[in-house]
Amino acid sequence: MRATTQIYEGGFSDTVFNSQEVFRALMDAMASPGRIIDIGSLTTAPTPISATAGAVAATLFDHDATVWCDKPITGSVPAMGWLKFHTGLEVNLNPSDAQFALISDLEAMPSLESFGKGTSEYPDRSTTIIVQIENFDGPQELTLSGPGIEVTRTFAPSRLPRMFVEQWTANRGIFPRGVDLIFAGKSALAAMPRTTRISKREA
Amino acid sequence: MTELATYNFAYLDEQTKRMIRRAILKAIAIPGYQVPFASREMPMPYGWGTGGVQVTAAIIGPNDTLKVIDQGADDTTNAVSIRAFFQKVSSVRVTTKTTEATIIQTRHRIPETALQTGQTLVYQVPIPEPLRFLEPRETETRKMHALEEYGLMHVKLYEDIARHGHIATTYAYPVKVEGRYVMDPSPTPKFDNPKMHRSPALQLFGAGREKRIYAIPPYTEVVSLDFEDHPFEIQTFSEPCALCGARGSYLDEVILDDKGGSMFVCSDTDFCEDRQSEGHQGHLSANPAQADTHAAGVEK
Repeated sequence: MRATTQIYEGGFSDTVFNSQEVFRALMDAMASPGRIIDIGSLTTAPTPISATAGAVAATLFDHDATVWCDKPITGSVPAMGWLKFHTGLEVNLNPSDAQFALISDLEAMPSLESFGKGTSEYPDRSTTIIVQIENFDGPQELTLSGPGIEVTRTFAPSRLPRMFVEQWTANRGIFPRGVDLIFAGKSALAAMPRTTRISKREA
Repeated sequence: MTELATYNFAYLDEQTKRMIRRAILKAIAIPGYQVPFASREMPMPYGWGTGGVQVTAAIIGPNDTLKVIDQGADDTTNAVSIRAFFQKVSSVRVTTKTTEATIIQTRHRIPETALQTGQTLVYQVPIPEPLRFLEPRETETRKMHALEEYGLMHVKLYEDIARHGHIATTYAYPVKVEGRYVMDPSPTPKFDNPKMHRSPALQLFGAGREKRIYAIPPYTEVVSLDFEDHPFEIQTFSEPCALCGARGSYLDEVILDDKGGSMFVCSDTDFCEDRQSEGHQGHLSANPAQADTHAAGVEK
């Protein structure tokens, strides 16, 4: 396919209702951490951006949102063109002052520490990190607890950032500052706000 | 003839919705923290629930069923006009039944019927800052929240005890959310505070004039501030509802005549009507057989 076609096509078919649907999925995901919410396939973004990550981007990004994208995305002319055309996002080169981060390659992801954590007075001025994964039946099962979870919930994303449990414990430790995570899987999403606690599943 | 132009779905433009939605996600991630947002002018005056309306407009979709209450009632001015507003600009289903609603926008009450998973309660908030009447400067209250410095609030409650012998705050009673932020639950009676604690529903708060959004996710600790020797207590009523006979619901006093006569009825109209349709009666219930002859001045 020609690059220009890839850039202009594949957005929401109905901006108003598609974005409402994806936002409600995000809101429910944030309000019940680790719950997997199906959103179907609402966008077709050029590689390396997945359909789900594309839908989340089209729902949350605009000219008021500063976004840091990882190398595979910034290196792709069609991917950056698609994001710019469909969202009008403000690209930010420094992850520590971006409102959002879009991660396509979890292996090369910077540490959670390097993203914006907000200040004690404005803890909301932190980065919401959107990570692309394949699915939610990965080998490592995490047991989550905290606000939004009645007792505990098992959560097993197919991939996690390196040393995730340690990094997340540190992130939880600086509450109310900290980053929030959105996991964009295949046609479904889940979230982990900074309030969520992890305990590794005992064998 | 078809209309030439209509409002965008749910009135707000998409860019405004995105801005509010981003604020809501942050609010859920930091329970009880007031997220600043660029509140818009709405086609109703400040104080009529512009914050709640903006939150509802940003989250509502065609699959939702909306209920709007004002002091617990579905049939008071504010509730009726906000419900009509959303019917006009979003054509969503509306209801007065608490159990049927997916979104409940409220002014100053939490329904008596326990809320369920999947329901969202949207509060209209006049003054979101619980410390505002103790410290008028935003720069200072922000620092106090940052440093978790809430001593002043306890001093206020203590002064209540010193002057009245008990904590005299009866509405907008401050709560601590998830052991961190002290939060104003909006001017709900303190009777409703225990319902916020570990509620299965998502609670969103919108303050339009003050430009703040905050939230309590489901199953979140919400503790009313108190002292060991003066524990938090809710209001109790000496008589049951005059129409449905309910004990343990929050009652409003209704004046009946100019001779000092009054009755107490449930403030939650849906709850009261449900009980009446199940056959419960209060001491002023009109008996259907005598209803025509015996006009007690009681609205049925």
